[in-house]
Amino acid sequence: MSLEKKSVLEAKDIDKYFYNPVKTQVLKKVTFRINRGEFVSVVGKSGCGKSTLLYILSTMDTAFDGKLWMDQELISGKPANYLAKLRNEKIGFVFQFHYLLNEFSVLENIMIPGLKLGKYSRQELEHRAMEKLKIFDMEDHALKKAYQLSGGQKQRVAIARALINDPLLIMGDEPTGNLDKKNSDIVYNKFKELAQEFGQTMLIVTHDTEFASGTDRIIEMEDGKVIRH
Amino acid sequence: MKWGLIIEISQALMTARLKQTLVAAIGVTFSITMFVTLLGFMNGLNEMLDGLVLNRTPHIRFYNEIKPNPDQPVDISDEFSNSLNFIRSIRPSTSRLSIYNSESIMHALEEDPRVTGISPKIAAQVFFNVGTIDITGVVNGIDVDKEAELFAFQDYVTTGDYEDLKQTNSIILGKGAADRMLADIGDVIQATTANGNKIQLKVVGYYQSGLGDYDNANSFASISTVQKMLGEPSSYITDIQIKLTDLDLAPSMAKEYREIFGIDADDIQTVNAQFETGTYIRTLISYAVGITLLVVSGFGIYNILNMMIYEKLDTIAILKAIGFNSQDVKRIFISIALVIGVVGGSIGLILGFLACLGIERIPFETEALPTIKTFPVDFNVKYYLIGGIFSVVTTYFAGYFPARKASGVDPVDIIRGK
Repeated sequence: MSLEKKSVLEAKDIDKYFYNPVKTQVLKKVTFRINRGEFVSVVGKSGCGKSTLLYILSTMDTAFDGKLWMDQELISGKPANYLAKLRNEKIGFVFQFHYLLNEFSVLENIMIPGLKLGKYSRQELEHRAMEKLKIFDMEDHALKKAYQLSGGQKQRVAIARALINDPLLIMGDEPTGNLDKKNSDIVYNKFKELAQEFGQTMLIVTHDTEFASGTDRIIEMEDGKVIRH
Repeated sequence: MKWGLIIEISQALMTARLKQTLVAAIGVTFSITMFVTLLGFMNGLNEMLDGLVLNRTPHIRFYNEIKPNPDQPVDISDEFSNSLNFIRSIRPSTSRLSIYNSESIMHALEEDPRVTGISPKIAAQVFFNVGTIDITGVVNGIDVDKEAELFAFQDYVTTGDYEDLKQTNSIILGKGAADRMLADIGDVIQATTANGNKIQLKVVGYYQSGLGDYDNANSFASISTVQKMLGEPSSYITDIQIKLTDLDLAPSMAKEYREIFGIDADDIQTVNAQFETGTYIRTLISYAVGITLLVVSGFGIYNILNMMIYEKLDTIAILKAIGFNSQDVKRIFISIALVIGVVGGSIGLILGFLACLGIERIPFETEALPTIKTFPVDFNVKYYLIGGIFSVVTTYFAGYFPARKASGVDPVDIIRGK
């Protein structure tokens, strides 16, 4: 970690409790940082708190103790609307099950976060969305409705959507967890490509050791603690 | 805010659930249609029934009533000024029916900006001589043009031309009276006034108000004809009828002029209080029914939106994850509700208007109402405005609560939950 490298995400002493049914601590003093351009994976057994950590880092879950910086800006304790704007602008999401909005076409799905941000005109966004689709060889499916795609195709589109606003960071929650071997490989290769060719910063939660081994850095968790990073 | 995007998303959600959206919109359409039709029809009937009496009733009527003089000599006398005087069997003094100084009273009324029109009138008791039988009746001496302008006189002249009344010695008979006298148009009838003058009058038309008793007794002639009949000068007038710019001013103005001119004045509210009550109750009932319909359709929208939100939890979670905040989500669902309300409501207004047009075509003929050929419908813009505004307001509230629920969805719960 050279000093010139800028920190994209920094977590300090993050504690998280679940209160239902009894008070249990799921995260214990989690501290780490991710620098620009890193492809990081978070691994650990089921229930070790890695998904919980991801939702805290993603700003969607705000009920935690500790401090969180994004792009060197303290974001823990900021109002919900500010965080929503931040998510829109700086974070791209890829989930395990929740891929796309079925009511919209593939192209529209990719464009929606961009339209929300409002940085580019609709025409520009359409052009940019097509560019992103080309990265994933999905440009032929642009006008299909989201539900007409296969799982692997949906996940590729979801990654394209995560990229539309040129996010600071892409977060993935088991992005290959629900896919078969073939599609899983395709998606994995695309992540790899993004890291190598575009220098995209990425934080992926996975329990797929093969996937994790291909990343720059592995953060390993056990019982709510980071045991290796 | 980027409303374009929000509306686009609302539209996509609606088209995805087109059938439910349509059902909700049809609910609104139906209730607005019924609301507008009901109020239009009800108020049309109200206006017709009220018009039956109120149109022909002056807002204020000035007249001299024959009554005992309130200032009896004993009260004026100094000797008894401090005593309590009882006088029995007072008779009306020889006062006259005609209004004193009618010219200047009419002039003063014309100057008053609150008055829209004045129509002088003479009511004369007569006997119509039919063979050996005398039929009692009242001949109203009217200023034909003023009567037509202020009281829609021409509407009630069912046969003949009311303009013919301007000729001297012509009469328009009440339908009931004419039937009893077997008098046709063009016939000459003879009438005897209370003071014994006999006069020949030519029948130029029939008058039918729809109130049987009134038509049996009342006939119309021009003022000059009646003055001639009675052998009175042209200043002889027994009634002055006025219409006001605002009906509600009538009681206070009647009081005011009663004091100024020292004559009797009746205002329309006092004379026809029961009509107002009837109208008020009928209007109240129609509004109650209409608003109930709208509220019920509001519950329909509420249900459908709630269901939609339950089905679209995933969508809401994804939207929130990619940067939509709670307000955006709320706006999306409120716009859905408002679109349903506005579209359903507008179609409802149009259908309501068409239904009113339809009702207005339905024949409705009764002996009592000679001027009415079809059902009366009121096309007042007011009902359409109320219907429109109310549909938007109900749908807004029907959408507000589900939308608030949607905005409170925690994306982490949904995304983790799978």
